[in-house]
Amino acid sequence: MIRFILNGDGVQVAQAAPTDTLLDWLRDRRGLTGTKEACREGDCGACTVMVTDAHGSRALNACILFLPQVDGTAIRTVEGLAAPDGTLHPVQQAMVDRHGAQCGFCTPGFVVSMAAAHAEGMTDHDTALAGNLCRCTGYAPIHRAAEDTAAAAIPAHILADRAMFDRDASPAGQGAAEDRTAPPDAAFFRPDSADALAAWYSAHPDATLVAGATDVGLWVTKQFRDLGPVAFLNGCADLRGVTVTLDSIRIGAMTTLSDLLPVMDDHHPSFAAMIRRYGSVQVRNAATVGGNIANGSPIGDSPPALIALGATLHLRRGDTRRTLPLEDFFIAYGKQDRAPGEFVEAVTIPRQPDRLRCYKISKRVDQDISAVCGCFNITVTDGAVASARIAFGGMAGIPKRAAAVEAALVGKPWTAATVTAAIPAFAQDFQPLSDMRASADYRLTVAQNLLWRAFHADHGSATDVLEVAP
Amino acid sequence: MTADPTPPRDGTAAPTVGRPLPHDAARLHVTGQAPYVDDIPLPAGALHLAFGLSEIAAGRLVSADLDAVRAAPGVVGAWSAADLGVNPDCSPSAHDEPLLSDGTIHYVGQPLFLVAAESHVAARAAARRAKVTTEATTAILTIDDALAAGSRFEDGPRIYGRGDPEAAIAVASHRVSGRMEVGGQEHFYLEGQAAAALPQEGGDMIVYASTQHPTEIQHKVADALGRPMHAVRVETRRMGGGFGGKESQGNALAIACALVAARTGRAVKMRYDRDDDMVITGKRHDFRIDYDVGFDADGRIAGIAFTQYARCGWAQDLSLPVADRAMLHADNAYWLPAVRITSHRLRTNTQSATAFRGFGGPQGMVGIERVMDHIAHALGRDPLAVRRANYYAEATAPAAPRTGRVTPYGQEVTDFCLHDLTGRLARSCDYDTRRAAVATWNAREPVLKRGIALTPVKFGISFTLTHLNQAGALVHVYQDGSIAMNHGGTEMGQGLFQKVAQVAAARFGVDVGAVKITATDTAKVPNTSATAASSGSDLNGMAVQAACDAIRDRMAVQLAEVRQADPASVVFAGGQVRVGGDMLTFAEAAAECYFARVSLSATGFYRTPDISWDRIKGHGRPFYYFAYGAACTEVVLDTLTGENRILRTDILHDAGASLNPALDIGQIEGGFVQGAGWLTMEELVWDDAGRLRTHAPATYKIPAMGDRPRVFNVALYDVPNREATVYRSKAVGEPPFMHGISAFLALSDAVAACGPGYPALDAPATPERLLAAVARVRAEAAP
Repeated sequence: MIRFILNGDGVQVAQAAPTDTLLDWLRDRRGLTGTKEACREGDCGACTVMVTDAHGSRALNACILFLPQVDGTAIRTVEGLAAPDGTLHPVQQAMVDRHGAQCGFCTPGFVVSMAAAHAEGMTDHDTALAGNLCRCTGYAPIHRAAEDTAAAAIPAHILADRAMFDRDASPAGQGAAEDRTAPPDAAFFRPDSADALAAWYSAHPDATLVAGATDVGLWVTKQFRDLGPVAFLNGCADLRGVTVTLDSIRIGAMTTLSDLLPVMDDHHPSFAAMIRRYGSVQVRNAATVGGNIANGSPIGDSPPALIALGATLHLRRGDTRRTLPLEDFFIAYGKQDRAPGEFVEAVTIPRQPDRLRCYKISKRVDQDISAVCGCFNITVTDGAVASARIAFGGMAGIPKRAAAVEAALVGKPWTAATVTAAIPAFAQDFQPLSDMRASADYRLTVAQNLLWRAFHADHGSATDVLEVAP
Repeated sequence: MTADPTPPRDGTAAPTVGRPLPHDAARLHVTGQAPYVDDIPLPAGALHLAFGLSEIAAGRLVSADLDAVRAAPGVVGAWSAADLGVNPDCSPSAHDEPLLSDGTIHYVGQPLFLVAAESHVAARAAARRAKVTTEATTAILTIDDALAAGSRFEDGPRIYGRGDPEAAIAVASHRVSGRMEVGGQEHFYLEGQAAAALPQEGGDMIVYASTQHPTEIQHKVADALGRPMHAVRVETRRMGGGFGGKESQGNALAIACALVAARTGRAVKMRYDRDDDMVITGKRHDFRIDYDVGFDADGRIAGIAFTQYARCGWAQDLSLPVADRAMLHADNAYWLPAVRITSHRLRTNTQSATAFRGFGGPQGMVGIERVMDHIAHALGRDPLAVRRANYYAEATAPAAPRTGRVTPYGQEVTDFCLHDLTGRLARSCDYDTRRAAVATWNAREPVLKRGIALTPVKFGISFTLTHLNQAGALVHVYQDGSIAMNHGGTEMGQGLFQKVAQVAAARFGVDVGAVKITATDTAKVPNTSATAASSGSDLNGMAVQAACDAIRDRMAVQLAEVRQADPASVVFAGGQVRVGGDMLTFAEAAAECYFARVSLSATGFYRTPDISWDRIKGHGRPFYYFAYGAACTEVVLDTLTGENRILRTDILHDAGASLNPALDIGQIEGGFVQGAGWLTMEELVWDDAGRLRTHAPATYKIPAMGDRPRVFNVALYDVPNREATVYRSKAVGEPPFMHGISAFLALSDAVAACGPGYPALDAPATPERLLAAVARVRAEAAP
């Protein structure tokens, strides 16, 4: 049984396959057709819903959100944004007043994203709405509408969703703990702790673990893959969260990229700036750090930054735990140092003075997969490179350190001559591929140029197009 | 809605027209209550369709074993063309698009078989189970492949021109030549293609389609069913975006639905998943443009020769008029004394390129704007000065000796306003000062370079296929004074329905809230043209005006006769009717006419006057008038990676006397961003096997919120159309798209700051192409 609050009313879903998406359920079973499908892969935002739980209100893409993931939450679709008396939500009214809808098909997703941002007090609308594509308006009127509503009060019915989780009162969905420890022959398993997961997964090593489903979701919606036994990890509260101590920052595997963002704003702002371009708000609200590592993608953006920071990976199988340098986890394309039944529990990075520079290069600034992601952690002492940890995504079959480049820099003066001398080392470290995102030549040239960018940035030149004022 | 604050003295210029009212469905849009085709509830037992697609680009379909498909969960039927026994044509032009492969395979993504199942997902999943055997032959994928194989539509290139350009180029003091590759563009309407068919009594069919062309759907479905057109009724309330991509590309879905509905007696729906949509349907034509131009020391063109190569894909579709329009916009805003435009329409084993906002015009226009930029670079002059030196003569000025008013296709440009418009924009956007500031920045900064460009648009308004320039309307006034309005135009977000409703309200002098907008319906208005070529409000606005006036005149006669007044003195305004000394509400007037047995229903019809065009000779007056505008864009470019940002865009655009300035500005803002996307980040990539690798938003990037200009100033030129269009407005759908050219040439300007060479930038100017161009200009010697 899956339970949640939908537009203010309690809902129980008895018959659901583990991979039924919220979007299909809303449209096909509930007749709530305001939420639209336009890509079915989490890249357009037309299906955005607002999900509220103890962590707050957030926008999520319903097209790659499996029903078990919303158990125990309160959901608002576009149909539930206006007040019960029909008064439009301030973002809806502003979208009318500012002519923010033309064809209207993206509009439900936009207004829900805007309402979620409004509920959370987000005022960087370019970031909050980067995950919603519009083909008609050119976005200007939508941005004006979002600005108009910054000072508007949050409507009472939206606050009511949040209040359910502010109090300790159990909303309709929260009584489902017994289901989370359902027997292994159930359609899916929802552990409520890392211990429960560890026990079950070591007994079911062929199972699919679903964290945020921003990748696994597409296996279902686009590839029609049978996932086999499935465990949903969203109930494992002890896997989620960031712990900052005197000497390390420990990031639980179920920590979302959105959770990580404010931590990195405090410790490594360049990493935070890159996270703001990682997917979209909807994706970052679902995607987890553990998932971004465990899926082994060569183009995930967090591993290069974490490797450059000297991260240690924490793996667990049953009661056995081990650690290894994160870069050693990635063996080859599609192959990681992970035993059957073993899962990512956390990643830790050592506390250090911030020298990290993260550069994400893509055709589109927002919500695009990197052609190249380069992360530079170069310390300079008395004019010389004291240490260098440099890692790249998109340059090899795995996220990979630039060992030869690092060697060419360490101990040398931090000068243009040293950079020039280090450039050939990139070809030793990387033989990138050509694909629809970029050619091999472009990737290699840009990787080299990003070292130049790091150098120029250290020497006072403007290097970031996003920081240039009109 | 509020009442008009100042009722006009007569019924012909009511303030309802020209007001920035919201889109008629705005409240429905923001509450999720506006239904699209996929939202329409269907009767129990409805079926859902999916196509099985070719995985090779060229060859033969040897066999399609569909047993496993038929055995899949939820499947009701699966058919190849042979199984169906019929194979209807889906083409809007040349009868060369069988619904399913007839044995020949033309491209990767071509539908080979059809699956019907109890759900959309079941149909799609089942389609993957087919065992398809094919024999591949060598595919013709690129422009060069097609030229080498002589693979083309029409017998040879089409050539328009005047004078002897080679002679003029030869004697000119300066000369440049070059080549530009211009990529295509995916429409990326947010709502994918969709249709549903509901069988009716006696074999009739109702079709709901997301289409810009309901009459075409009606015609093709009737053909497919072997029934007269009267047996098929097509209804389109709204589309979730069209942009030309729903002019012909929805035919296959509607035909497939109707065929299966006729066979099974069940309602049938089909919508393309996004990946299928992008793989199956046509896109904007990509072009190669070669140019050779001779000019004087001021950059004035003496002679120019263009060769345009259009990659049309596998079927003819609308490629001929698209390529024609590219030729007709190769002049853009410039007098070309001696000119030849040669156009090759090449057939390739790729999606059949189709209509897309601008319909070839953007490709033609970007060619001449590239030439202007190249000339300016060669002379070391400000590109804007070169542009203005080549402009057609202003309509208000006597023709100077070196300038002219006649296009390469023989139409006199009688309404040219770009001298004035450009001057106004250059002042309001502070062009000269900012150009100097850009140079200062570029001299100081080693890594980031800025660029600026101000480019004009002159876009011809009318379908070049003359007979399409007609429209019909049906208007009813009910006895309570409420009004139902219907016309042949379709609503895809552009606000057509609202603009035309404002016209109807103005004719009756009532509030626009009194006018009910109804879905486009082939049973109400027949034989309509596609809502395309920016013609929607020009044509349908006039047709609705004619219908309203017919009713209004009948009412006036009746009301005046009773009161022994002159019918011409009856005034409809402010929701009231003044006749003699009486004031009636419009509702009272309608009721009075009803009881007096006056017909309160009328059709209206309009055809654009004064146009004639011979597309073979390339001569005539294809366009009723031109729409104008200019845009100035400033960008910043990272010369280490090619990343860039649009910092500021200023646009001054000519929408005539706007019917609704808010909606028109919406078209301009949206058109600019879409046009800039075409020329910058939107890149279609096919691999060597002819597979489209960018078939979803994960890989094909349309502009996002952050890609709009940081500062974005859009204003209307606000001068009435010289031609007698509806309320002297101008068409606004397509022309603003080409303001995106300013973003492309601003990037070129930033590249040019890196070295002495000419950037010769190809489109789309992705970061990779920009970085390559930076390397090129640095490597070249100074000119």
